[in-house]
Amino acid sequence: MFPLLDTVHAVGLLTCFALLGTSRIGACIRWLSFQGILFGIVPVIMHDGGLTIREVFLSAGNIGLKGIIFPWLLLRLRARANYNREVEPFIGFVASILFGILALGLSAWLALELKAALKQAPFVMLESSIFLIFVGLFLIISRRKALMQVIGYLVLENGIFVFGVITVVGTPLLVELGVLLDAFVAVFVMGIAIFHINREFGSMDVDQLSALRG
Amino acid sequence: MPGAASLVPPVCGLLLAPLLLGITNRTKALIAGRRGPALLQPYWDIRKYLRRGAVYGDVTSWVFRLGPLVNLAALGAALLITPFGGVGSAVSFSGDVILLAGLLALGRFAIVLSALDTGSSFEGMGASREVHFAALAEPAFFLALATLARVTGSFSLTPIYQGLSATIWLGALPALALVAITLLVLALVENTRIPVDDPTTHLELTMIHEVMVLDHSGPDLAYIHYAAALKFWVLGVLLVGLAVPVRSGNIWLDGVATLLGMALLAGVIGMIESAMARYRLAHVPQFIVGAATLSAVAFILILV
Repeated sequence: MFPLLDTVHAVGLLTCFALLGTSRIGACIRWLSFQGILFGIVPVIMHDGGLTIREVFLSAGNIGLKGIIFPWLLLRLRARANYNREVEPFIGFVASILFGILALGLSAWLALELKAALKQAPFVMLESSIFLIFVGLFLIISRRKALMQVIGYLVLENGIFVFGVITVVGTPLLVELGVLLDAFVAVFVMGIAIFHINREFGSMDVDQLSALRG
Repeated sequence: MPGAASLVPPVCGLLLAPLLLGITNRTKALIAGRRGPALLQPYWDIRKYLRRGAVYGDVTSWVFRLGPLVNLAALGAALLITPFGGVGSAVSFSGDVILLAGLLALGRFAIVLSALDTGSSFEGMGASREVHFAALAEPAFFLALATLARVTGSFSLTPIYQGLSATIWLGALPALALVAITLLVLALVENTRIPVDDPTTHLELTMIHEVMVLDHSGPDLAYIHYAAALKFWVLGVLLVGLAVPVRSGNIWLDGVATLLGMALLAGVIGMIESAMARYRLAHVPQFIVGAATLSAVAFILILV
């Protein structure tokens, strides 16, 4: 059981670094899809004895939504907006990767601190979830284009999902599915908003939104 | 553990190192549909250079002549402390990990000085690039070796590599896999292989290592080529010792497994060279920083 979690952890970290260091949006969306599937199987790995319908349902919902539907929506949006690269992020790609290393060290430290309070949570997943949250927030503030910010939001959402799965044992299925539905609606609304922004201004550069000041 | 038997791996390295380059070149030729040079061609090249006289420019000093010698000596010393898979090295002491990195850096420093000594702006440019990439590659090298040291609980290369058994591999699979990838990238970077530099190009503006040795000739050039082969061998052994965890305790079995691994590595590098194009120079630092990231992740994985 635990070597499998270790592998998910290590590969998950690499997807984060790939997202931090890639400029092509298409590649980023595919990494995000892979990451969604990877962390989507965590509930199934995590079950202790007796795989119930609940874990399977949660996994399937996550993989379906974050691995297939969101990436499909984002790829469609990218094709519509005819936009392939994050050209000049606020923080460059090499600097982003260096930030990632710092954030990984910080999340390892935080996970060590939290370990005593959350005894049932496997340490590697704790570290993963905190790191995902850091990377998601960082992508949101450091990237110029709205589409990359949606990607950052989804990385953040992955982190919160993993944190929830490992720390809260008895969350009702309904609540988990409600969270998924929220994320779905959020991505949907963001997609529509980005599409309209792009059509109106001919760009989805959020920096240009400051030109809207009256 | 001094003794005649412990000298077998370094002597093996001295004899077989140019053969690795031959295998790599042969693989590239086969994939490209050519017959390619003979497997022993690197040996003939070195012999040819050794027979020729050296030409020294009027503006060069003793630094220029010293460079290839110091480089070769440093690589030869590195060969002595590099363990051959499960077979120990000839010389082993606590902290030889640092010495290995230091020897590689010393060899590079000597070549860079001799390139600068010619006063050619072209060679100065190559030296600047070489040092730039080396500065990025060294943290990756140290983090990779630090991870191995942490996994095996030792600070000397021979115990580190003797401890890397299959059970250790299973215990720390993700971290060791990352270290293996880092070492492969470092082997490509340090040996000026294709995604970073093309060893076959001459007089191209993107080249790094070849440009530094343009003014060397005769025996000096032979020393440089031979030292490059030794460097290929040293970095290859570090990777193969990790990637082929055959630790039966039988020296012959371990040694033969590592030798086969080395031949395989030379072939794999040939395939990488055939499949990839050289990166644009501005992308090379990103490539190396990526490798350093992998080893940093491995180190953090193993630390907590």
